[in-house]
Amino acid sequence: MELFFETLTGLREKLATKKVSPTEVLDALKKRVEAVEPSIRAFNHIDWETARAEAAALTPEDLAKPLGGVPVAIKDVMAVKGQPLTCSSRILKGFVSPYDACVIEKLRAAGAIPLGRANMDEFAMGSSTENSADGPTHNPWDTGRIPGGSSGGSAACVSADEAIVALGSDTGGSIRQPAALCGCVGLKPTYGRVSRYGLVAFASSLDQIGPLSKTVEDSARILQVIAGHDARDNTSAAEPVPDYLSGLNQGVKGLKLGVPKEYFIHGIDPEVEKIIRDAIQHLSDLGAEIVDISLPHTNYALASYYIVAPAEASANLARFDGVRYGARVKDGKDVIDTYCRTREKGFGSEVKRRIILGTYVLSSGYYDAYYLRAQKVRTLIRRDFSEAFGKCDAILTPTTPTPAFKIGEKTEDPMQMYLADVFTIAVNMAGICGLSLPCGFAAQGKHGRLPVGLQIIGKAFDEATLLRVGQAYEQSTEWRKERPACA
Amino acid sequence: MEYEAVIGLEVHVQVKTHSKMFCGCKNEFGAPPNTHTCPVCLGMPGVLPTPNLEAVKKTVLTGLMLGCEINRICKFDRKSYFYPDMPKNYQISQYDQPLCLDGGVVLGKYAFPKDAQKDPIASAKKNVRLIRIHLEEDVAKSFHFETTSGIDFNRAGTPLMEIVTQADIASPEEAFAFLSTLQQTLSQARISDADMEKGQLRCDCNISVRPKGQLEFGTKCEIKNMNSISGVRRAVAYEITRQIQTISNGGKISQETRRWDDAAGQTYLMRTKEQAHDYRYFPDPDLMPMRTDLGLVESMKQQMPETPSMREERYMRDYALNDYDASVLSSDIDLSHYFEGVLNAAQGDRQKVAKAIANFIINDLLGLLGGADQTLADCKIMPEHFGGLVSCVDAGKISSKQAKEVFVEMFATGKEPSTIIQEKGMVQISDEGALESFAKQAIEANPKSVDDYRAGKMAALNALKGQAIKLSKGKANPQLIGEVLEKLLNA
Ligand SMILES: [Zn+2]
Repeated sequence: MELFFETLTGLREKLATKKVSPTEVLDALKKRVEAVEPSIRAFNHIDWETARAEAAALTPEDLAKPLGGVPVAIKDVMAVKGQPLTCSSRILKGFVSPYDACVIEKLRAAGAIPLGRANMDEFAMGSSTENSADGPTHNPWDTGRIPGGSSGGSAACVSADEAIVALGSDTGGSIRQPAALCGCVGLKPTYGRVSRYGLVAFASSLDQIGPLSKTVEDSARILQVIAGHDARDNTSAAEPVPDYLSGLNQGVKGLKLGVPKEYFIHGIDPEVEKIIRDAIQHLSDLGAEIVDISLPHTNYALASYYIVAPAEASANLARFDGVRYGARVKDGKDVIDTYCRTREKGFGSEVKRRIILGTYVLSSGYYDAYYLRAQKVRTLIRRDFSEAFGKCDAILTPTTPTPAFKIGEKTEDPMQMYLADVFTIAVNMAGICGLSLPCGFAAQGKHGRLPVGLQIIGKAFDEATLLRVGQAYEQSTEWRKERPACA
Repeated sequence: MEYEAVIGLEVHVQVKTHSKMFCGCKNEFGAPPNTHTCPVCLGMPGVLPTPNLEAVKKTVLTGLMLGCEINRICKFDRKSYFYPDMPKNYQISQYDQPLCLDGGVVLGKYAFPKDAQKDPIASAKKNVRLIRIHLEEDVAKSFHFETTSGIDFNRAGTPLMEIVTQADIASPEEAFAFLSTLQQTLSQARISDADMEKGQLRCDCNISVRPKGQLEFGTKCEIKNMNSISGVRRAVAYEITRQIQTISNGGKISQETRRWDDAAGQTYLMRTKEQAHDYRYFPDPDLMPMRTDLGLVESMKQQMPETPSMREERYMRDYALNDYDASVLSSDIDLSHYFEGVLNAAQGDRQKVAKAIANFIINDLLGLLGGADQTLADCKIMPEHFGGLVSCVDAGKISSKQAKEVFVEMFATGKEPSTIIQEKGMVQISDEGALESFAKQAIEANPKSVDDYRAGKMAALNALKGQAIKLSKGKANPQLIGEVLEKLLNA
């Protein structure tokens, strides 16, 4: 088997036993990237030379570390010192990060090599990776379709075996939704579990970094390294980090898994619904107790999200003005003109739409009606979940209402696009954790096979249960062995 | 028609801390441009703020000293507007849950400008109420060159306290007194150097006028850009006159922001209300709300230093000093420490000794320092020596006239008082026998004064006392010689 097909767990064994060297791993990945990248376009940039130098500098002690010698693809929204940081935006063209994000420091400390800048929707705003100044990424299962977003590059590169594992960020589903559509595992940790220091903020109260991987165990290994308190992130939690691997194979016997009725009603693709129902039945067969639950405020999650997230974004993105860094128009008449035209040229239309929306809802006279109310709805959503978790240990839902749609299909209709995240958004609003993993294929698309993802939602800081349920499902099914058409 | 002014102040104070408000960069004035910067205070993509606890503590301390209520839960908010000196194009500030609420500043008589201290209002101990004190980050400094502009980000992100008053101030002199009291309080507690010329204390004034007796406020204007406390006094005075004249001439005041030009002695229009910003405040999602009731306020209460006005009161209460002496000795923390050091070293009745020390400091020392262009730090007189000198006078070993001479010598040389007294042969005569002989001589030589005294003219006793001291070449203990004279005259 080619090295690039390896999982993180498998590759680590080979590296630890010196069956392969980190340089050989890079060579294999390079070969793969050269073969499939023209049709996938998962990366904005890959600095092979730096990666090779870092691989060569690894000591035997480094190779003994949890991620020793493993290249990790990084969504182009996290700062890696000396590497471009563009957020797939024209406004950051040419910007090179002067520092490492906290997660990058942690990856390095564990022996990993950051490799490549994965494509995304501009500033993580979107659900299809079509909102990228670098052009769209293509779904490896059907290159005429979108890979999901905003971490579409991270999901596609893992799915197409261009990367062993990747980091993404999730504000309203941006890890789980592309993971589902590309047929890989994606984990959004609890808000505060992973430091956001060095993650370019979209919506600060919702953003969270997490892994995209080929298996549940691989995600557990990455989470183990990147989780934990960081003094530089005031919102990071001082909660202890458990050992995510030790409980992984405990199975689901004795666990109560809730199924919310609100997630099986409107707009859901019948094939997707059937696949999810089968997956739930499968977990029941494995010994889990399935219980009906209700999350009554689910319907309001999307609307309140599209107030809170743009509001925060409108302030977060104000710093991109061309004054201190990034692209700037040369012929501004004065400072205001330079601001306006730099931002006019630098941002794409979805980003502008959200900045305007966010600016509006925070305006004097509208704040109470929009932002404050949305925050109240958020409290209700959080309460829904805490009541539900009184009855169950984790919740099962579809990750997305449909499989991957065609490139260009929803670009003219933002509302349709926003609905792609309808099942993932509430998890961010409540600040809890969610995992998506492959659970079957819809007989749709060019090759009649489009991945479908099962979402498992957990209590705050209870990623261990998500991983345990995911592992039980994954290891008792064969979906993880499927490879996309581009292979 | 008679008009009255209604004035409220917004005072920005740079908080003296080791590092900036939300990053680890040094908080230092005067370093070469852009040498105290990092990704955080430059607003690079992906960075996050970490609150500076030292700045929070100093703000709480300020609140406690000014009698504020400390908010149990407070939070930071984002205030959005675009300006090149603001790296993130929003400022982290506090909107509806600031650290401190209410409180006030009492205007002491000697905080008023010298020429206004006789005004009855200066003695009224007026309390200017505060609305709030909040903590925020300062912006960078812009420099405008011929064709370009430059920005120095050293100041960007340094902690800044904003103190907002009620519209309780009624005159330029009260504004002056408020700011000088605030300045003293903050600099003595080492919260800020509060030097207006260095921009460490900046003040915006909201001013309106209305016919005397009217309850409704007039339209207010905001005045910016004053860089000294006396500049504030001039600007407020100018603006009040301008507004009254405008109204008297049938004009209307429009709500606007005006800039003070100290050289021209005038305010100029900066922007009208229509151009005012919508700052779109909302809670900063990067910063968790802060609890102050989990030990922070308690520990700050224990560390709370005495304010100048508290000290002034203590001096008046414990040492029976008059308000002027107490206010001068309290106005400067080093001077207060010096005064108390001398007092500790001096022996004798506390109140008497304290008054003697206060007289020496205010009447002699401050003048000597001024004349020599020195500060207290340069002063050669050790508090122990100073105390020793005062004890000598109290014990009647030398006269106060002699003591003044010794004091000048101590100031010049730093010598101990006993050495100088010996060198000058200044020993006060307190021996009753010796004093009696001077007294008798004085009585014999001045029969007219003796007659006057016996006729009931008490001033005659002083004349006789003066004569006797003169006969002793100034060495007779003035109090004792008076007693001896009386005894002889009444015998
Ligand atoms: Zn800094």
